[in-house]
This record gives sequence, C-alpha cells and structure tokens, in this order.
Amino acid sequence: MTMRVLKPGMLSSFQDQGRTGHQPLGVSVVGAMDQRAHQLANTLVGNLTDCASLEITLTGPTVEFTQACCIAICGADLSPSLNGKPIAMNRPLVVRAADALSFGARRRGTRAYLAVHGGFAIPDVLGSQSTYLRSHFGGWQGRALKKGDEIPLKRPLLTTGRDGAGLENLAQALWAIKLYLPGAIAESTRARVRLIKGLQWEEFTAESRDALLTQPYRISPDSERMGYRLQGPDILMIKPRQMISEATTFGTIQVPAGGQPIVLMADRQTTGGYPKIAYVATIDLPLLAQMGPGDNVQFELVSLEAAQALDITRTRAFIELAQALSTVRTLLINH
Amino acid sequence: MPAPTYRLRPQGDRCLSIDFGDEISTDIGLLCLSAATTLGHAQLQGVTDIVPSYTAVALFYTPGKEFGGTDFRTLCAQVDQHLKVGLVQATTSAREVDIPVCYGGTHGPDLNDVAKKIGVTEQEVIRLHTSPGSMVFGLGFSPGHPYIGVHDPLFALPRRDVPRTAVPAGSVAIANRQSTIYPTLLPGGWHILGATPLKLFDLNRAQPSLLLPGDKVRFIPISEQEYDRLAAKRAEEAL
Repeated sequence: MTMRVLKPGMLSSFQDQGRTGHQPLGVSVVGAMDQRAHQLANTLVGNLTDCASLEITLTGPTVEFTQACCIAICGADLSPSLNGKPIAMNRPLVVRAADALSFGARRRGTRAYLAVHGGFAIPDVLGSQSTYLRSHFGGWQGRALKKGDEIPLKRPLLTTGRDGAGLENLAQALWAIKLYLPGAIAESTRARVRLIKGLQWEEFTAESRDALLTQPYRISPDSERMGYRLQGPDILMIKPRQMISEATTFGTIQVPAGGQPIVLMADRQTTGGYPKIAYVATIDLPLLAQMGPGDNVQFELVSLEAAQALDITRTRAFIELAQALSTVRTLLINH
Repeated sequence: MPAPTYRLRPQGDRCLSIDFGDEISTDIGLLCLSAATTLGHAQLQGVTDIVPSYTAVALFYTPGKEFGGTDFRTLCAQVDQHLKVGLVQATTSAREVDIPVCYGGTHGPDLNDVAKKIGVTEQEVIRLHTSPGSMVFGLGFSPGHPYIGVHDPLFALPRRDVPRTAVPAGSVAIANRQSTIYPTLLPGGWHILGATPLKLFDLNRAQPSLLLPGDKVRFIPISEQEYDRLAAKRAEEAL
C-alpha cells in the first residue's frame, strides 16, 4: 500500500512536531512550519500520537493511492481535488484505490498539510520523522518528494471492514460526523503577529522599536523554512555590539548589522550570534508560517504570561478535540 | 563547585536562558557545561532540550503543567533551587578525544597565511594549535559542528573578510581564539589550518556526534600519508 508521487509539487516534505532533544549536538529541530495545521490534520484522521504529515508548499503535488485510506488536509487552501473534483479541507475523508489527489490554485496561505490515518510508514531518525532538508536525513530519504516516489502507508483501509461495512458506509459515517473547531485551533484571522520583547529590546532605538510595532514589514523572496527575511524600516541598536553565539528559538527575531530583521523559523540553526529584539509568540507562529514571500506582516506586543496562556489554551483545545473525535477513531480502527 | 551567579531570561514563550557571563572564557564555559549537566540530572518536568553555549544555557520547554509541561516562573524557581545547591562539575565526566589533523598543504590552505598574520612559523602555529587544554564549548551551526577553545591569544584573528562558499568536510579552522571542524561541505569564513579524516557526525553510530559539549580535545599532527590511510580505512569501514 503506497502513495505514489506523480508530480512532486514545489516543496513537499514530511514533517512532524520536530526533532527535539538533539539541539546540544547541533541538530536543528525542523518539523512542521505550521504546527497548528499539522496537528489538526493528524487529529482529524484519528492519530493519537504525532505522525509526520506531508507539508505542501504553494504548488501542491499530484499523488495516487494504491489502496483505500483516510486522509485530511489542513492549512493553506491550495484547491485540493480528488480525481479532479474539489474536496473539503479540515475533515477526515475516505480515498479509494487508484484515486488521484491533486492541488490547484492557491486561494489562501502558503503551506498545506496532508495527514493519513495510521501515518506514513517512514523511519524515525533520532526520534522524529521530520525531513532535515539541509542535512539530508529524516523524512523520506532525507529530501523533498520526487516524481516516482512510492511512500508506504502504515494503515490502509480494507475494502470491507472487519465490522462488515463497505468503504461507502464508512465514508458516509465519517461525513455525517459534525465537526466543531474551537477558536483556539481554528485558523487565525488576526491582522497582527504578537511578539514578546527580548532582553535587548531597550538596546534598540526608540524609532526602531516604534517602526517594528507600527510599520508593515514585507517578507522577502528568499524567505523559506530556515528564516523569513523582513524588508522595512531599519531596526538599529543605540550602541551596536557583537553578541556571543547562543541557542536560538523558533520565532526569534534577530537583527544583523544592516538593520533588516530575520525571523528564525522551523529549520533554523541551533545557535546564532545576532542581537535579538523580540520573539514571535508560539500561538502566532502558524499565522506567520502561512504568510509567504511578498506578504506584509505587522506586529504587536504581548506579555510572556499572556502568550503562554494562549499556547496552553490551544494545547487543551487539541486534547478536547481528540476526545470529541473518538467516534472517528472508533470507525477507522474497527474498519 | 560552589553556587554560581547568573541571570534568568526568557527567550520567547518556550525557552529559558541562564546567563553566566558576557565573555568567552574557559571558566564561564565550564560553568555553563556544569549547569547544563546539573539541570540535566534534575530531569525537570516539561524540559525538552538543554543547550549550553559559551556564556549561557538554554532550557527549551513545553508550557502547561496539566499536560506534563511547565511555565516560566515554575522553571525559574526550579533552576534557582538546583543551582543553589552547587553544580555537578562537568569536567569530572569529560572525555578526552584525540583529533588527528593533517596541517597545511591542500588540507590547510590558510596555514601559511595565518602564520604570516600572527608573525610565527607554520611549525609554531601547529605547535600552538596542538597544545593541550582545548575544550568543546558547544555544538551548533550544523549536526556535530563543534566550537573548541580557548586557544592562545595569538589566534585572536577575526574571520576572513570573504567567506568561502564551500569548505570541505573535516576542515579544521580557527578564528577568534577558537577552532571549529566542518562536519560536511559547508560555507565558512574561518581560517583553515588542516583537515581531519574523522567523521564528525554519523547516524550509523550509537552516538552520532564524535564530540560532545565538555569534551577535552587534543589535536594530533599527522602526515598526508597517515591522513590518506585513515581516510581509506574509514571508507572501508563504511562499506
């Protein structure tokens, strides 16, 4: 049972919650850029533990399934369709043997996530299935998908389930389930990305701090999984100084001497030595991850406590959603 | 080790950094490594990664006590509690790792230039670089990529004005009184003194990284023939 890649798309790679625990060895965390959409897709197909989903960038792939399975697509709306017919996002769907999944026009967002029930059968490397694109390991052969790849799936669906139900019955039963996404895990429609001040905040000029919170910054064309380069008013230190390299985080806004900030994203290097003005709150990283080159981003401040409270609310909402979806899981596991 | 002085600082909402100083020195580096070891042994709830660097230790965590995570305040209190008791000295568990290096020639294109810049012979550069007392402060930039120091003040050279776009794997290079070894072909601006035939990061090993934070490193000069022999032996073992 495999997912056969007919067209790879612009950049399609397997990503999960990330390869934590090995940063002291210089191993980047990587993982899904939009953790919200990744986790939602996984939850919708009834996966209780974190399994890699396929992160699809701007131009989606075309894939064919050799056996039935249950999928969900979340994140960017890249006009997904099955055998040419548009399909719903943010829902568990049954696909049949020989069905072809393809993507079309980009309607909204930058990255879509494709999860399958049971997960893709790809090895764990240092505790994660995420593709480490720069170091060429993890995911599928350490790289983005190529035409002709055949990705095995762990848990395809039987034509007739163990409970005697056919695929059509299963598909209808899944479709009949009412899904309610609480605000904490619905896609964010916020206009501004929230920031937590860094220790060096006061070392930047008042004009720079003001610009960061009032002016739009454009995401430059060379922004990718490693970092987003922002173009806008210069961010300058009152007294520029050299910093000593230290650990970096997902969302660190570092400012090289030139004054144009860089937001470190999922594939960031583990250490860095530029001054840091602020950090993107984890709750809004998905919002930023769905922006792309050419988009304008605007920022506002949030306190550390408020950011953590929002983060916790989202985690709790995911746990509740997984509980609410126990019927989906039961249907799939019994099939 | 006695209780150290330090400052706690949030790095966003999922990381707590502990600052032990603001200069690169063996003493502060050891303090960071010892604190990282101490906090590692403490197995703090919600902490996923402990990353020592030259002057700081970063604790990465998941917020939310109800899900096995933690929060900034709780973690600060725990760090205070554990560091107050005193540190587990990192040096007591330090390994000693020999790194064979073929200096100069095609493997070390900057050896001559470095000798000229600091006003000594190439032999003297090698002697100074192979003198004992070097330690791995941390790894970063790419998997298994070590930062080793602190070398003789003569090696206080800034990085090259124009970085190389491709530095070969195994290259041993210096800048700012430190050494690094490039695990794979990477861009880099450090001065390349030589190369080691050892593989810095290999997923086929139980511990993929050749070097770990706190390791004592001794560079051993080897001939080009010895380099070739060791490189061939490694290639054979990989088959």
